[in-house]
Amino acid sequence: MNLDPYLPLAILLSSALPGTLIFFLREESHRLRTTLNMAGALVKLALVAWMIWGVFHEHVYASRLQLLPGLDLVLRADALAVLFVALSTVLWLVTTIYAIGYLEDSPHRSRFFGFFSLCVSATVGIALSGNLLTFVVFYEILTLATYPLVAHRGTPDADDGARVYLVYTMVGGALLFVGAVWLQSLVGPVDFTQGGMLGSAPAGLHGQFVVIFFVLLAGLGVKAALVPLHGWLPQAMVAPAPVSALLHAVAVVKAGAFGIVRVVYDVYGVEFAHRLGLLTALSVLACVTILYGSLMALSQDGLKKRLAYSTVSQVSYIALGASVLGPIATIGGLVHLVHQGIMKITLFFCAGNYAETLGVHKVSEMNGVGRRMPWTTLAFTVGALGMIGIPPVAGFVTKWYLGVGAAAAGTGWVILVLVASSLLNAAYFLPILYRAWFLPPPARWPDEHVGGGRPMFMGETSPALLWPPLVTALLSLLAGLLAAAPFSPLEWATLIANREYGR
Amino acid sequence: MIDPLALAVALPLLGALAITMLPSAARTLGLLAALATTAAALWVTLLVWGGGAPRSELGGWGTPLGIALRADGLAAALLTMANVVGLAVSVHATGYFGATAASRHFWPLWLLLWTALNGLFLAADLFHLYVMLELMGLSAAALGALSGTREAAQASLRYLLVGLLGSMTYLLGVALVYTAYGSLDLALVAGAMTPGPVAWAAGALLIGALLLKSALFPMHFWLPPAHANAPAPVSAVLSALVVKAAVYLVLRFWLELCDGIATEAAGLLLGMLGAAAVLWGSWRALRAERLKLLAAYSTVAQIGYLFLFFPLLAATPAGPERDQLITALVLLALTHGFAKAGFFLAAGLVQKSTGHDRIRELGGAAQSLPAVTFALGLAGVALIGLPPSGTFFAKWVLLARAITLGQWWWVPVVMVGTLLAAGYVFRVLARAFTREPTPRCFVTDARTEVPALLLAILAALGMGLAAHPLTVLLGTGG
Amino acid sequence: MSEAVLTQILYGGVGILLFLLGVWSFLIHAPLLRKLIALNVMGAGVFHLLVAVAYRGLQAPPDPVPHALVLTGIVVAVSATALALAFGRRLEREEPDDD
Repeated sequence: MNLDPYLPLAILLSSALPGTLIFFLREESHRLRTTLNMAGALVKLALVAWMIWGVFHEHVYASRLQLLPGLDLVLRADALAVLFVALSTVLWLVTTIYAIGYLEDSPHRSRFFGFFSLCVSATVGIALSGNLLTFVVFYEILTLATYPLVAHRGTPDADDGARVYLVYTMVGGALLFVGAVWLQSLVGPVDFTQGGMLGSAPAGLHGQFVVIFFVLLAGLGVKAALVPLHGWLPQAMVAPAPVSALLHAVAVVKAGAFGIVRVVYDVYGVEFAHRLGLLTALSVLACVTILYGSLMALSQDGLKKRLAYSTVSQVSYIALGASVLGPIATIGGLVHLVHQGIMKITLFFCAGNYAETLGVHKVSEMNGVGRRMPWTTLAFTVGALGMIGIPPVAGFVTKWYLGVGAAAAGTGWVILVLVASSLLNAAYFLPILYRAWFLPPPARWPDEHVGGGRPMFMGETSPALLWPPLVTALLSLLAGLLAAAPFSPLEWATLIANREYGR
Repeated sequence: MIDPLALAVALPLLGALAITMLPSAARTLGLLAALATTAAALWVTLLVWGGGAPRSELGGWGTPLGIALRADGLAAALLTMANVVGLAVSVHATGYFGATAASRHFWPLWLLLWTALNGLFLAADLFHLYVMLELMGLSAAALGALSGTREAAQASLRYLLVGLLGSMTYLLGVALVYTAYGSLDLALVAGAMTPGPVAWAAGALLIGALLLKSALFPMHFWLPPAHANAPAPVSAVLSALVVKAAVYLVLRFWLELCDGIATEAAGLLLGMLGAAAVLWGSWRALRAERLKLLAAYSTVAQIGYLFLFFPLLAATPAGPERDQLITALVLLALTHGFAKAGFFLAAGLVQKSTGHDRIRELGGAAQSLPAVTFALGLAGVALIGLPPSGTFFAKWVLLARAITLGQWWWVPVVMVGTLLAAGYVFRVLARAFTREPTPRCFVTDARTEVPALLLAILAALGMGLAAHPLTVLLGTGG
Repeated sequence: MSEAVLTQILYGGVGILLFLLGVWSFLIHAPLLRKLIALNVMGAGVFHLLVAVAYRGLQAPPDPVPHALVLTGIVVAVSATALALAFGRRLEREEPDDD
């Protein structure tokens, strides 16, 4: 019996089912909850590995469910889907471990982990969507699954942050919905096809296509934090660190960026979008966001807020890569999907460690933190260097490809933006590193939890909090060092670009 | 040969009579009657699903003298929804009312209402519909006053009077139809009706009366107080089923009787009233201070969505696109039925737990009843129209059709309504995230909480995926 | 025009007139009793129309279907009026000062 069509569904269910079950668990059953979480994560990992192998060998994994005539839910695993799914799965596993450690003894853990799993399911659904309808469905489900996570703590700050988040994402979702319905009413079901499918539509519709592009972009741009739709992101920092890590490295922001990539490559087609002048508009928006995010990050004292603005800036590299015509820039943008994910999650994990173990929330409190928590700070350093773009960390690979791609496409000004952005990144990351390593620590940390019942690992903090950032920092390093190896993110992005440009 | 159509109408009636004779066994008899009725209704649906068109003539009298019952796809769809909701409400009510005096009054009235609903969906002629409409109105009004408060009595009285106004108008319409066409059978009249002043007048009277009963703006004023002051299970039935029955009749009359007579202008009028209902109802729901009032205004808005389909139906000739529109309309109606019933049942449980339903002060209750909060959340998702609820897909079809027909002005109406709905639903759900201690376990009282939760799950998850079976049931689509 | 048709038009016309009077009265007047009477007048109007429709002249027996409708309608109107009056009593009991 051919099991191929069931693979995407299985991957979806591997986190959706445990998540649903976790809701019913009593608060005290941590063993069972942890087992369900880890089992789901590992099963998903195994299934995704199988899928990677299959897609590499040009297998087709697709399943279709007809709802109404013309409205089909389609799950399809192509190379781009696999990139995002793999990222989500690996980082979910890591974040689950981190979250278990971070939220020990916190209230409402069943609720948290239930929604956590649903959030990943929605992300995987977004990745595996085979047409615009399915994408919109999972995009909105993601909003629903992440809202309770942002509001989790229940403080007035969390309420406000969650409300802002909701307003932005609901409006964005509405815009995406309108754009999608409009497009489908013009050209019929919008299946994601390599090379785009709108190029062959009658010329009279081109005007509407341009408008629809901006409507879709507005809808996707909210989650992708394109300026001026980024306002929710710094506010959403009230969520617990595992949530910030997940939202900003994996789920929400990437979903928006992934959507932009899908729309440009698999709906419009990059050549067609270029002809309509849409790519230039996207480039401008991306560059504005890159610069604005970096500038705002300079003035933030709160560590998580600074990282939030850094995310605003960095995710737009993906949009930038999509907006520059040519395979090299495409590769740069696509591979940054993975690289930014692993680097940013490292940074957020470390920020969470500082907050949990020492009560350090602000950059100004980080003096000498490298002496007290050397391993965490080492991981932070790797992530920060990658963000700036220093080899051999993965971020360098991205910036290299984007720069070369921009030069090849004749848009030299993009290179200027890249350089400026790297300088700004250095300006707001290097001082942190300097403070952490070279300045003497204060006499007392703001709120140190020494032990508190938790086992201390290497004298620093609990293992569940320490291992994840180390692992992801290592991955960031390896992604850069071994970029030329088979199955590296770079190789995979090259594969996608080749298939997109029809080589 | 046992006749499931007649059973579906007779069983709840017999149940009501039995309970009147044996009030002490009200709950048990009520639940038995509920199960039996639901079984009969599902049997009817299965017959229709299998491709049949069951019809039964009561007493052996044929048309035009006799009363006939018949079930087609549309009737079966609504019958199923009504009976599933009815069963859930019945199970819930055994726990909610307990064995109090209110319980003894609730069960006979509720079963009579159920009789009226089933009879209405299975009716094949205009006069039978009149009788069922009256029965529905009387029992609903009596149920609405069950809580005993003065506001409830006032609201129910207003409901009764408005309903009677509608019924008398409807009867006049029926009289006109009989005068002109000499028959009351729906199929015969549909065949005989031709455009002209008599058909116009009769159609206007019939549909006008039903619009009053379905609370379309601006004739919606009676609904919020009536639904907000009734006990929660009653509100669930009123919002989910009673109002829906009137909309069902409007749809049926529009499609069958007025086919070719109803103009695009009439459709546009209904659409504009629907748009006003969506905007006004959603806005009032956002401003409501009490949970049940919020839900009642939400019903006003959701009914508005249903009427947004009419201008599109009027502009689309018969064919696959029109069938798809009808399927979407029915999907929306069914999803709302499940969602609103689940929402009201959950709201009632919250009210019972805290003694009030003021939204601002809900925090503790929401957190200590996780299953109830979940039900509110899932039902809310379906009310907003977020995927994977049926509402999402129905709205997709609605807007796609509107854009294709060039009637793009409905798009901002629907989107604003959706955003307002998100506003009022999340206003309630935000209360569920407070610093209260973690609840001990998920379900506290299964008998009352599980039905609410199941209804909400059906609305938010089931109906989205059930769109295809619905298409098959309605006999439309490939 | 034959005598039967004339009778029908007269009777039916009066029926419709009564109906309109009833509607007007229902909408204008606030007290419960007034509204109930208005509703019953509306009902009476419709019954007039139905009886008129049933009339087939002095020789032929009248059409039984509209008569059945009228009977049912009367029963329904009586029950509804009774329920409304019960509500009215209930509300009045709590505020004996109200007129």
